Amino acid sequence: MPSRAERLAAALEAAFPPAEVRVADDSARHAGHAGAAPGGETHFSVLVVSPAFAGMSRLARSRAAHAALAAEFGGGLHALSLRLLTPEEAAAGSTARG
Amino acid sequence: MTNPVFERIESEIKAQPVVLFMKGTPVFPQCGFSARVVQILSHLGVPFKGINVLEDMEIREGIKAYTNWPTIPQLYVDGEFVGGCDIIMEMFQAGELQSLLKEKGVPVSAEA
Repeated sequence: MPSRAERLAAALEAAFPPAEVRVADDSARHAGHAGAAPGGETHFSVLVVSPAFAGMSRLARSRAAHAALAAEFGGGLHALSLRLLTPEEAAAGSTARG
Repeated sequence: MTNPVFERIESEIKAQPVVLFMKGTPVFPQCGFSARVVQILSHLGVPFKGINVLEDMEIREGIKAYTNWPTIPQLYVDGEFVGGCDIIMEMFQAGELQSLLKEKGVPVSAEA
């Protein structure tokens, strides 16, 4: 059975082709607090770079990503940090954080 | 308005210009993502009301359905959903949050 990180990456790649997708499992950093399950796989951060986001607001991009991952939210995914950029934004670093 | 909790949510988000649905309280946030949004609002000197979803299961589930947004925190300005932690951080860093607040007539005491 693929890990949740692998499932997240596959679902996002399918939803926003062609996309560069990076998924980090941050669950260990949240271990022991509300929402963290003993088996982990609850807290993730995701970077998706895809031309599909062009012309979409921040809210619209996030909603599209949530929709692509609805099954995971229904199945124990607790927290998801999203960075959703077009290739141009990613290259310019204009909305990049940190 | 079929869901009665939606009426409660509507009255909350219309009672104050800036309302944050969060885990914990502004003084004692119980989640890193909620804490980050509190930090930004506090830094900007924005008066806001924090609603602790951990104390109210009906609101906790209701707010997700109301906005069709699966996570907490959720920030509302002038009765409208603005975003969660990632979006608020990005808007703050781009200066867009400050512009939005000013546009809505919310006092902002710090620029950045």
